[in-house]
Amino acid sequence: MSGITHGSGSDVLDVHERARFEQLVLPHLDAAFNLARWLLRRREDSEDVAQEAMLRAYRFFRGFHGGDARAWLLQIVRNTCYTWLEKNRPVELMTEFDEELHPQPSVSPESLAIAGDNRERLGRALETLPPRFREVLVLRELEGCSYKEIAAITAIPIGTVMSALARARQRLQRALTQPQPPVEEAAREL
Amino acid sequence: MSCDFTPTALHGYLDGELDALRSAEFERHLEGCRDCAKALEVEESLRSLLQRSSLCESAPISLRKKIRADLDAATAAPPKQRIPAWRWVIVAASILIIGAISWYSWPRPAGRNPDAAQFTAAEMIDAHIRSLQPGHLTDVASADQHTVKPWFNGKLDFSPPVKDFSDDGFPLIGGRLDVLAGRNVAALVYMRRKHIINVFVLPTKDPDTPIHLPGLRQGYQWLHWRRQGMEYCAVSDVSVADLHELAQLIYQ
Repeated sequence: MSGITHGSGSDVLDVHERARFEQLVLPHLDAAFNLARWLLRRREDSEDVAQEAMLRAYRFFRGFHGGDARAWLLQIVRNTCYTWLEKNRPVELMTEFDEELHPQPSVSPESLAIAGDNRERLGRALETLPPRFREVLVLRELEGCSYKEIAAITAIPIGTVMSALARARQRLQRALTQPQPPVEEAAREL
Repeated sequence: MSCDFTPTALHGYLDGELDALRSAEFERHLEGCRDCAKALEVEESLRSLLQRSSLCESAPISLRKKIRADLDAATAAPPKQRIPAWRWVIVAASILIIGAISWYSWPRPAGRNPDAAQFTAAEMIDAHIRSLQPGHLTDVASADQHTVKPWFNGKLDFSPPVKDFSDDGFPLIGGRLDVLAGRNVAALVYMRRKHIINVFVLPTKDPDTPIHLPGLRQGYQWLHWRRQGMEYCAVSDVSVADLHELAQLIYQ
C-alpha cells in the first residue's frame, strides 16, 4: 500500500487503544467510504483508499485527543483521496475552482424535480462537478455536516464554506437541467 | 439579483447557519423579494432531491473485513502471563462481593409475586433521565399534595401516598404517570436545591423492607424500600445523604 510507512514498533497500538478506536472511529466507516466513493467516483478505488485511510487513522490515533471523531476521520479520508488523485488522476484536480456566482437562469423547482428524480442521473450530475464542489455537497447533504465540520474536514475557512456550497449547488442545478450528454456513453465511461 | 442580500446568504439560511438576527432579517427580506423566495424554493427542491436520492453508499462487507485484518496486524498482542495468581483471587473475590451487593441492592419489586412488576435499575434510571428532558417532568405541576394526590385518581389502580416536604427542604414539584417494566407507576417529583428527585411508587404485596443500600449508575443514586404495601424508588443526582433524608421523611 502506498503512502504508509511501516515504522518502528511505536505505531503499534495496544488492545485498549484498539478498543477505543473501534468505539470512536470505526462507526464512521460508512461516512468514510461514502466520501471516498464520491471523491474518487469508482467503487474499487474508493475501497482501496478508504482502507488505506482507515489504517492511517489507526496509526495516527494516539494523536487524537477527543473531539469530533467523524470530522477527524473524514479529514484523513479526504487527504488520502487527494494524495491518491494527485498521483493517479492529476487531471481531475486541475479543473478550476469556480470564480463567480452566476446569475441563476430561471430554473423552476418543478423542472429540477423532474430532472433529478432519478438516482443515476443525479449521481452522474454530481460526478461532473469538480472534486472541491462535490465534497462540500456530499458532506453537507449526504453526511449532514455543519459548516464548522466542513471547514475542519476540507481545510477551507469557515467563512468560505457558505459560498463554496452556493457555487456547488448552482453547478449541480446546471448539470441537472442542461441537455444531457449521450447517456449511454457517459455510463460506459465509468 | 436586485436585492441587498448576497446570494450566498440564502444558503446560510437554507442550512440553518445564519445567526438568529441575520436569519430573522433574511426572513423579513424574503417576504418582499420574489427573486430570493423563488431561489430558495429551487434550493429546497434540490436539497430534497439529494436527500431522497439514496446516493449515500455504505462500506461493503469486504472492506470491513480487510480493515479488521489491518487493525489486527497493527495491534500489539495483549501481554500474557503478566498477572500473578494472587491478583486473580482478588478479582474473583471482588466479583463475588459486587454480585452480593447487587443482589441485595437491586430493586426487586416482588421476587415471589409474579403479578408485580419486575423492573431493573437501568429502566428506573432511564425513566429518571427521560423525566429531565424538557416538558417531561410533571403531568401535574403543583406543590400542593391535595392537588397532586387526587390527580392520580382514575389513572392508576392504586393511590400513592403524596406529601410535600417543603419545610424540610424537599418541596414537592408535582407528579406524573410513568411506566416501569410495562406497569403504570406514580412518579412524585421533589426538588432539593436545584436537583430533581423522582420517587417512583407502585403497589406490592411483599413485606416492608428498610431503606436499602444506595445503588449508583451513570452518576445517579437510588434508594429502594417497601412500606405498607407500597414499593418506593427514589432516584436523583443529589448526595446519598440528601436522598436518604427524603427517603426517611417518606418512610415515616
